[in-house]
Amino acid sequence: MTSPAGTTSRGRGAHKRRALGSRALFLGPGLFYVTAFMAIPIALIVSYAFLTRGRFGGVRLPLTLESFTRALDPVYLQVLGNSLLIATTTTVLALLIGYPVAYAIARMPSRWRTIALVLVVLPFWSNFLIRTYAWIVLLNSEGPLNKALLATGLRDEPIGLLYNRGAVIVGLLYAYLPLMILPLYASLERMDWSLLEAATNLGASRIRAFFDVTFPLSLPGAMIGAIFVFVPSLGNFIVPELLGGGKTVMVGNLIRDQFLKARDWPFGAVLALTMVTFLILLFALQAAVSRRINGPRAHA
Amino acid sequence: MNAVHAPLVRIEGVSRSFGDVVALDSVSMEIRENEFFALLGPSGCGKTTLLRVLAGFSEPDSGSVTLGGLDLLALPPNKRPINLMFQSYALFPHMSVEKNVAYGLEREGLPKDEVRDRVAAVLTTVGLTDKARTRPTQLSGGQRQRVALARAIVKRPKLLLLDEPLSALDRKVRSEMQLELKRLQHEVGITFVVVTHDQEEAMSMADRIAVMSAGRVQQIDTPVDLYQRPRTMFVADFIGSSNTFAGNRVDAGIDVDGVGILPGHAPWPLATSLATLVVRPEDIEICEPAAALLAGVVIDIQFYGGSSTIAVHVDGHATPIIVTCQGTTAVERGAQVHLAWSPEKAVILGEEA
Repeated sequence: MTSPAGTTSRGRGAHKRRALGSRALFLGPGLFYVTAFMAIPIALIVSYAFLTRGRFGGVRLPLTLESFTRALDPVYLQVLGNSLLIATTTTVLALLIGYPVAYAIARMPSRWRTIALVLVVLPFWSNFLIRTYAWIVLLNSEGPLNKALLATGLRDEPIGLLYNRGAVIVGLLYAYLPLMILPLYASLERMDWSLLEAATNLGASRIRAFFDVTFPLSLPGAMIGAIFVFVPSLGNFIVPELLGGGKTVMVGNLIRDQFLKARDWPFGAVLALTMVTFLILLFALQAAVSRRINGPRAHA
Repeated sequence: MNAVHAPLVRIEGVSRSFGDVVALDSVSMEIRENEFFALLGPSGCGKTTLLRVLAGFSEPDSGSVTLGGLDLLALPPNKRPINLMFQSYALFPHMSVEKNVAYGLEREGLPKDEVRDRVAAVLTTVGLTDKARTRPTQLSGGQRQRVALARAIVKRPKLLLLDEPLSALDRKVRSEMQLELKRLQHEVGITFVVVTHDQEEAMSMADRIAVMSAGRVQQIDTPVDLYQRPRTMFVADFIGSSNTFAGNRVDAGIDVDGVGILPGHAPWPLATSLATLVVRPEDIEICEPAAALLAGVVIDIQFYGGSSTIAVHVDGHATPIIVTCQGTTAVERGAQVHLAWSPEKAVILGEEA
């Protein structure tokens, strides 16, 4: 009894060790990359947040909570509130515009889908800065939109489309809309459409079936899309600078200024941490929604 | 046996094409109240299209469908008194078992108490009371099928459609569910229409079967009549196994080249003199040389426990003759055997129209 059982378990042990070895081999590069360029910088930012500002940038002892209390100053809270408002509006608009697009693509015949998806990511083929400058051309008082408006005779003078919060939202929406469409498409494309027929067969109208079946099942994808749009929108500082004309300060501009201009690294670190916190909360929310939709066993 | 009443569903001249493909070619049939009806045929024969027409997911190009006098085609799918059990079951993965079952009742706007009571009752019927709060993803295939069934019958439809209800189950669970479906149909008194490509499944469950091929109805009959009196070669071939001999029609039977005259009877009028004689393997007997219709050499014997199958090569006939006998057989491979059958057991069919 002992010897065969012994050999099997030893054999299995060796097999397991080999499996672990190959797993480490596969995980290794990614793990190293994440550790070196994600975990360590985040650890640095966390430690900077508790240190004192150096005279010419950098940080020094002693440990202090001063930067945290400073972040509660109404001036900065307002910047944060403004950023959240802009990022949330952008995300909601991206969801409202992106959902029908993703839905339409998912229901296309498969040969059209690839073309449609290429068109969705087409803007990424040119430089982000150039595309943002293009919006300045489009929106300024001499631009085609204003010219068209004047031509209709509805207005006598150009309206201020540029350098306000609306322009920032338009720019962010334009930049990140594909990031909403792609995960939404992925979740809708996987959808078992016979579920919709089942809902109809059980007496649901088409609209009812959509809100009872399609929409909840696409929620995990919508949440991922929302994170993909919300997070970079919140941290973006190029669009507010170019399209907001520097008047619309967002938390991204503030962080950059703390590190590069004001040379207050601890305060910049605290602001960066607030953004990381938002990100973590969002991911937790996404995981909770996903678990609720997909059931206890499988969750994406 | 259920009490079978007047026709419930009347399908008349229903046609449906997808591009060049004719899925339904002027299909007509009647499905009776309380009947267990099967649509049987190989894939692509149009049975699923007909099911989708009944459910309202596909609109026929022409023809009419009525249910108890009601024009079904005028109703949108969500207003038809018909429920469908999907082949994939199509259970809502984000809802618990009881939510799935309650969904259809809630859409009717029934009071909460009634919904709860009816859901509880139907879950008892299918034996899933203890799984009420489980998600479908955590159930076995057989359990999922019961949920799908419960979700459909809880609505008390006039007609229940089942699309390949047993195809996703393994063999043992399948035969259990076959009995279960028959029991349930009896218990709830709903007309069942099962779509299947599995002739055994249809034969064992259905009161009547419509055999379809290439968008047309080949024959509608009871399982016994389909087996014993097939109308077309397709039916004879599709239902059970059979030995076929092609030849010219003569008074006593058919004259087969190189074999001789084989006796049989023609239950239906024949259009041409060319005909085919069909004999079931269990209707052929091994006999004395004097009474023989055919003689040949045993080339293979297969033993199935309850029965044995003997393959006999007959000179002048390309395919081996299959003979089935009860239990074991005394003949051995290589032996010379003589075969016979009584004319009333052999059916002569004309050329396909």
